[in-house]
Amino acid sequence: MFFTVALYTSLAIFSLGLIYKVSTWFRYSLGIEAKNISTPARLFAALRGIILTFFSPKLFTLLKVFVLDVLLQVKVLKQDFLKWAMHMCIYYGFLLLLLMHGLDKIVTSALFPEYYSTVNPFLFLRDFFGVLVLLGVGIAVYRRFILKVPRLRTSPMDLYAIIILAVIMLSGFLLEGTKITSYTKYQEMVEEYTVAADEEELRSLEAYWVAKFGVVSPEVKGPFDADTLAAGKEAHEMSCLQCHSRPQWGFTGYTVAKVTKPVAPLLDRAKASSILLYIHFLACFIGLAYLPFSKMFHIFTTPLSLLVNSVMEEGKSAPANIATIQMLELDACMHCGTCSVQCRVGVVFETLRNLNILPSEKIPSIKALVTGKKLSAEEIRNIQEGLHLCTNCHRCTVVCPAGINLQELWLSVRETLLERHQPEFFVLSPLSLYRGLMQDSLDPDKDHYPDPIELALKNIYPNGIPLHMLDSDTPLVPSDNGLSGKVYQSAQASTFSHCFRCVTCTNACPVVRNYAKPSEAVGLLPHQIMHAAGMGLWDIVFSSRMLWDCLGCYQCQEHCPQGVCVADIIYELKNIAVTRAKEKLTKQAKT
Amino acid sequence: MKYTLLRCCTTPIVLQQYEWSTNAVLEKLGIGLVDVEEFGCCGYPLRNINFKAYVISSARNLALADRENLDLLTVCNCCYGTMRHIEQLLQDDESIRKEVNDTLEKEGLRYEGDIRPKHLLQVLYDDIGIDAIRKQIVHTFKDLNIATHYGCRILRPSKLIKFDKPHSPSKFDELVEVTGARSVNWLKKHECCGSPLWGVNEELSLDLTENKLKHARKSGADFLCVACSYCQIQYDHVQKILVSRRGPKHQLPSILYPQLLGLSLGIDSETLGLHMNQISINDIELYLLDKAASQD
Ligand code: HEC
Repeated sequence: MFFTVALYTSLAIFSLGLIYKVSTWFRYSLGIEAKNISTPARLFAALRGIILTFFSPKLFTLLKVFVLDVLLQVKVLKQDFLKWAMHMCIYYGFLLLLLMHGLDKIVTSALFPEYYSTVNPFLFLRDFFGVLVLLGVGIAVYRRFILKVPRLRTSPMDLYAIIILAVIMLSGFLLEGTKITSYTKYQEMVEEYTVAADEEELRSLEAYWVAKFGVVSPEVKGPFDADTLAAGKEAHEMSCLQCHSRPQWGFTGYTVAKVTKPVAPLLDRAKASSILLYIHFLACFIGLAYLPFSKMFHIFTTPLSLLVNSVMEEGKSAPANIATIQMLELDACMHCGTCSVQCRVGVVFETLRNLNILPSEKIPSIKALVTGKKLSAEEIRNIQEGLHLCTNCHRCTVVCPAGINLQELWLSVRETLLERHQPEFFVLSPLSLYRGLMQDSLDPDKDHYPDPIELALKNIYPNGIPLHMLDSDTPLVPSDNGLSGKVYQSAQASTFSHCFRCVTCTNACPVVRNYAKPSEAVGLLPHQIMHAAGMGLWDIVFSSRMLWDCLGCYQCQEHCPQGVCVADIIYELKNIAVTRAKEKLTKQAKT
Repeated sequence: MKYTLLRCCTTPIVLQQYEWSTNAVLEKLGIGLVDVEEFGCCGYPLRNINFKAYVISSARNLALADRENLDLLTVCNCCYGTMRHIEQLLQDDESIRKEVNDTLEKEGLRYEGDIRPKHLLQVLYDDIGIDAIRKQIVHTFKDLNIATHYGCRILRPSKLIKFDKPHSPSKFDELVEVTGARSVNWLKKHECCGSPLWGVNEELSLDLTENKLKHARKSGADFLCVACSYCQIQYDHVQKILVSRRGPKHQLPSILYPQLLGLSLGIDSETLGLHMNQISINDIELYLLDKAASQD
């Protein structure tokens, strides 16, 4: 009764969860364009897409991907054998265990009318599949906690998945072990299946089961003589053999039985096997009910993502479907960490310590964003920094075993985040090159294309206004702020005191030469920057657009007769300007 | 000769022909390349905002090449300038080296300083040599005028980058001329292509590029030739945008050096990815003579 109620409750939660999760794919969206497409329109587009795909040659692509990437997981194999071995063990071990053992009444009994869990091959296979899963879990633990792969993060979700699987498997093994030794269980069986046997026969049967089947009896103990065993064997063959292979075949349970033999009567009296049965079942029910909300959801979503992405065509697929697929992709990530381990800027995490730099850690942040979770300005800025600190090299997308188009996700979210009006300073770097190349597709009307640059600059200029636009009576503070000492990150920078203001650097600068009236375009000119920095006029220095219009082409430095490392110093000034701007933002957040 | 190849992050998406043509040319010249899967961003784009991020990114690549015990080959000036900068910094500054190594140790890496970062042009000119390349030439170009664009970080700052004379370099020109093409002299030859500001201050970036194209065309060049991924993106992808916004007045197609050399070495245009350039360079094949023809 209890089990039936629990089973149906967890099934109900599972189904509702599934419906809820799938509904989010159609209700939420990432990109700017997708905002205006209604849920029914997206449902309709998805249906249309599915039908059209099924009646097209793409069906063969789907089949191929299903075999290679879903069933054989070739993508994972190519990257890392150990990871592949781990996943195959868990995937096939669990799947077969579920079909043969978990759903035995529905599946196995239907296929094999003479099925009993206690006869071979089922007895052996159950243990074998269980051991496969446990082996996989073991490799997972080894990879995550002992190998210490750099930047492979383990989240509470990963831990949960490992623990729930381990609990289900281990409780199963222990249950099997305690049942083998249980005298109560033995008696129940004897009562049910021996046909009108006398005392003597029962004794020899018990002796036989104690000797060969690991039962621990309080009365009958070995060693037994050959006659008793022969008689026992006869009784066994008559009443029990048809349903019982030797328990050694269930090697894990048998091992447990052997190890716990000394305490077996104690366990039997404490009803250990029913307790273990509860644990085993409860773990399964919890796993089932929580599945749509946990990492284990990926057993559905990852294959879906692989299949869907294999038939998507760049530039051809309907925007409605792209929006839906991007939401599905967020759920398809199983947090395996491959992208973070392989990310070309991943190592930057070691110095900036912003988790959002790592692709795998961006996913939960993005989920929080799209589902409308309340996030502080600081959190938004961190997500934004992670999204922009990306060279757009596509490595994450290429290596993702779930086939998620991660690069597209980053691009879409970056643009939506602009609405939050939080400055991001990495846009003032060559990382913006890709955005520049993609501008026509990102923002065809160029409504907000320049916004991120302007917002970042506004936050860097001490008065929020560039020098060349400042009123002449705005007070400029000639304070040192202890900054002169900071401009020494590299040895080159200290050379700025050698400047004797000959203007050679400025004359060599291609940016300066581009303008008829350079001061009106860039604020301070290179030689003036050197000069002002020497005097500690930081507000003027940091109000100058020149810092951000510097190409880093080193003409100034090359031409300087005094060996001042002009370009290197400008680079360092940029760093300081950003640090100051960030400090100001944190201070603002606190007040 | 063998090198580890540090691909520039920009090449896999927008400049695959650079990878293909480099691979093909170096293979032809008997150079072995080792792909180190863990190689990452060189650090260049991070320098504006965070010096430490810049240093660690670059140092990690040096340490990886150290592990392979092979010199590191870059195909991008910015990667090259960065790797050289950090190499020098790590050699000069013990405290930074220690900090870097402490971080890298977590992934079992260490910067030892046993290997050198090298630019593609440096490998071609200094390690292989013009004469060895000349021996492999099967086709030469005739009446082809090329405006060689060195790019900034292969020349400057010359105290750090000692590839060529900063004010009157000639190595790249010689490499171009070995194919039979003529390397023309042009104003602004050694200036920046404008790429660092693309996406940041686009009008300025376009001004600088337009100016370069104008002078290159004035000198009678038929093509620009570059050996840097950022420069090529600027002269190809961005030039296309430039043309659409400001007209085709100064339009000048740009060819990657390994594409140019590859044609001379007899590698087919498909392998060199000629068709992948945004502004067509297919016409360059019209200037090709086969060896027999060029000898009479
Ligand atoms: C009709 C088939 C059938 C017959 C006949 C049968 N059993 Fe069982 N027996 C099972 C099944 C199925 C299980 C496991 C499920 C359970 O615990 O109820 C089991 C479990 C047991 C267990 C617990 C250990 C274990 O492996 O799970 C013992 C002990 C046992 N049987 C003894 C006997 C004895 C002794 C006989 C002969 C008198 C006998 N059984 C006859 C089907 C049978």
